[in-house]
Amino acid sequence: MSAILLKGGRVVDPSQDHDGVADLLLIDGKVEKLARNIGGPDGAEIVDVSGKVVAPGLIDLHVHFREPGQEDLETVATGAMAAVAGGFTSVCAMPNTDPVTDNQAAVGFIVRQAQRAAKAKVYPIGAITLGQRGDKLAEFGEMVGAGAVAVSDDGKPVVSSHMMRTALEYARTFGIPVADHCEEPTLSAGGVMHEGIISTRLGLKGIPAAAEEIMVARDIILAELTGGHVHLCHMSTRGSVELIRRAKEKGLKVTAEATPHHFTLTHERCEGYDTNAKMNPPLREAADRDAVRQGLKDGTLDVISTDHAPHHYDAKEREFDDAPNGIIGLETSLGLALTELVHTGLLTLPELITRMSTQAARIFNIPGGTLRTGHPADVVVLDPDRTWVVDPATSFSKSRNTPFAGTKLKGRVEMTIVRGSIVFRD
Amino acid sequence: MSLSLKSTAAMPSSSSGPEVTVPSLGKDLVGLEPLSAEQIQLILDTAEPFKEVSERQIKKVPALRGKTIVNLFFEASTRTRISFEFAEKRLSADTVNVASSGSSVSKGETLVDTARNLEAMRIDMVVIRHGSSGSAKFLGDRIRSNVINAGDGKHEHPTQGLLDLLTLRDKFGKINGLKVAICGDVLHSRVARSNIWGLTKLGAEVAVCGPATLMPRDIESLGVTIIPRIEDAIQWADALNILRLQLERMTAGFIPSLREYNRVFGVTRDRLDKAPRDLVIMHPGPMNRGVEIDSDVADGEHSVILPQVTNGVAVRMAVLYLLAGGSPDWAEGGER
Amino acid sequence: MPTRTPLLDDRAIARALTRMASEIVEKCHGIDGLVLVGIQRRGVELAERLARQIEAAEGGKVGRGKLDITLYRDDLQTIGPRPVVSETRLPPSLDGRTIVIVDDVLYTGRTIRAALDEFADFGRPRRILCCVLVDRGGRELPIHADFVGTSVNTGPQDRVDVFVTEIDGRDAVELVRA
Repeated sequence: MSAILLKGGRVVDPSQDHDGVADLLLIDGKVEKLARNIGGPDGAEIVDVSGKVVAPGLIDLHVHFREPGQEDLETVATGAMAAVAGGFTSVCAMPNTDPVTDNQAAVGFIVRQAQRAAKAKVYPIGAITLGQRGDKLAEFGEMVGAGAVAVSDDGKPVVSSHMMRTALEYARTFGIPVADHCEEPTLSAGGVMHEGIISTRLGLKGIPAAAEEIMVARDIILAELTGGHVHLCHMSTRGSVELIRRAKEKGLKVTAEATPHHFTLTHERCEGYDTNAKMNPPLREAADRDAVRQGLKDGTLDVISTDHAPHHYDAKEREFDDAPNGIIGLETSLGLALTELVHTGLLTLPELITRMSTQAARIFNIPGGTLRTGHPADVVVLDPDRTWVVDPATSFSKSRNTPFAGTKLKGRVEMTIVRGSIVFRD
Repeated sequence: MSLSLKSTAAMPSSSSGPEVTVPSLGKDLVGLEPLSAEQIQLILDTAEPFKEVSERQIKKVPALRGKTIVNLFFEASTRTRISFEFAEKRLSADTVNVASSGSSVSKGETLVDTARNLEAMRIDMVVIRHGSSGSAKFLGDRIRSNVINAGDGKHEHPTQGLLDLLTLRDKFGKINGLKVAICGDVLHSRVARSNIWGLTKLGAEVAVCGPATLMPRDIESLGVTIIPRIEDAIQWADALNILRLQLERMTAGFIPSLREYNRVFGVTRDRLDKAPRDLVIMHPGPMNRGVEIDSDVADGEHSVILPQVTNGVAVRMAVLYLLAGGSPDWAEGGER
Repeated sequence: MPTRTPLLDDRAIARALTRMASEIVEKCHGIDGLVLVGIQRRGVELAERLARQIEAAEGGKVGRGKLDITLYRDDLQTIGPRPVVSETRLPPSLDGRTIVIVDDVLYTGRTIRAALDEFADFGRPRRILCCVLVDRGGRELPIHADFVGTSVNTGPQDRVDVFVTEIDGRDAVELVRA
């Protein structure tokens, strides 16, 4: 029997409406008991977590591990380690690997790599179309059977509305969401940052907010038409947030996520042509960032996802036009969320845990996100007040592409437990 | 990366009084946006004596003798490159032209590697023209040599902006209070951006005129007014800076046809005759005769297009002269 | 504690210029083909005064020019901040003419050397002579002045200040000894 007793921490579990000092007992990979003053069984590892916060392990529904194909950037193993260093006990890996994860063998491969790594749980997301080429549906059923929890062509939008409709209808059979990267390609073509005053000043081609909002509107309409569940990836504009708000008021099966960089940074960060500020969707205006924050507050945006996108130093060390999109995010997500959302008073800590764990498990129907008895012992212990400085050189990810190097954050993971084993300790 | 210069081992001045020196421009000329009005005036003032050098029989002064300058042109350009080459040679520098095409990715050698190679060869100055906005700054941040932006993507073309300012100053005696309309494809134009920065910093009133599809987003935030019709711009302005219609950048038909562009936006003799005052006509070249500008306007009495070219060499000499004061001293062979 | 000693007052300067003006005409056997070229900045004012004096005495016209030698300095590569470049204006052709370089102070000789280099780019004068208000010694090159207003022995720490009315509001030559 393996047992861990976390004593004296502030246990925040929105799934049970719990927020108070209590002990948490984990036995054989499951939550055994949540109560005050638990006397642990003999042989239990007792960890004093007084002054810390104990929460269900964080869940990230949108990461990119570059295996297979670009293992020099990140592997399932290094990504899973970066995840637990960031407090995540479960992540969902997007299928834009090389080759694309669009069949049961590929899905199974990811599952096995994750099991071998034995760090964070990695749930594969299968491609919507073969090769993510947009023309032929992939075998949802087989992929789900092998362990896929959702389908997406992320990296790319689903351009054909007919294909998106088909995907939503077909996915209903398996009860999985279709996650869409909302980008109207004819409007965004050639664009490298948000279309606005900064792109004008820098002389770079911009991507207008409309490019995202048009596809958000389309996906919402298709969700209504099909009764399927659409999950909107990395929302970045105030127009998108407003559209989703109204869709939810209508009771449609629309869920959405936002990244830490979209609730922290704006397009001004691109000044000086810093390629670490280049991502897709791009950083937008202050009003968009504020709308994203508000959306996380009122639940219009269900979850925070990192869109963790490792890239090689050389790839980012080039002219802005040519640099690839994306930044890593697993190890800074919680720190940014606490600093920018909780310590500013916008969200309470339970609300944040909802956005980063409880709701994620719910909308993708995966285990975790709760500390109820009998559920998996996936736990994160964090110190919400500890200050630290982001240093990419010490990160567990293989890649270093982040705009937050040197940033001072308040709030940090201290311990991550997956299936009852401590897999990360700071 | 700080560049410390050797202390002023002054030539003992045989004339009295302290030497009058000029404030520094920094290591690189990446654009006009980072410059102050004083710095821009400095460059224009410094260009004056260099105009005189170009009028001499022997068009050469030894000011940059022994300096090596590389003209690194990733985009085809005859006139700008030649202008820089004359400027460099008239200052007695040694010049090398490197022509390349395509982006780093397609070429196989990244801009970073090109930069490192140049530095390994101890080049004193690099004049770079490249298709990506920000590439001049990218290079300047990575090598110790002085970097001069000869046009980076759609971002800036500072020496063109400066020679336009000099030409206007020659004609009007001042920039402050002048009304200048920049006409044409502003969206894709680095010349437009540099002009906007230079003119607004020196106190001119600037308007942009052209089809809405070729206007950048939020351009008014840069302090300019939008005048939708060319006829109104002609009524308002003291000078028109007519931009080349960027055929090579128009991949997705921003306008239906060249014919329509000329009919609606072209600066023609008829339109010019309706101007309430003697309008000065400028164009950075090369011209699409019959598209944005008609021949009789380009060759007419109000055109200063050729003086722009002459001023171009003087301005580039001034920029090279001023920046070379901060050249890395390779003779010492190491970090300073 | 540096000491400032007057070397020439305004009347002494005027006398020196008068004497040098007639010396120039004497040595050049008249004013035919004569061009007085002042070195920027104060040399230009002195050259103008000399030219006017010569014209008044001889009743003819004397050529004038201004020369800025900044771009020909031999230390341009090593000094940091750029000196201001003033105007250079010379008669269209120097071929066959007699040039008299006019400067306020002659010290190391490098300014004159730079001027000679610059003239070479303009043509081939028949003869070049040098006229200075003050010769302070300390030559580093084999350069001499043909016409000298006054001589004084100085060390490297000393300084000779020349003031001219057109620029400084008064005429004076002062020696500052370290």
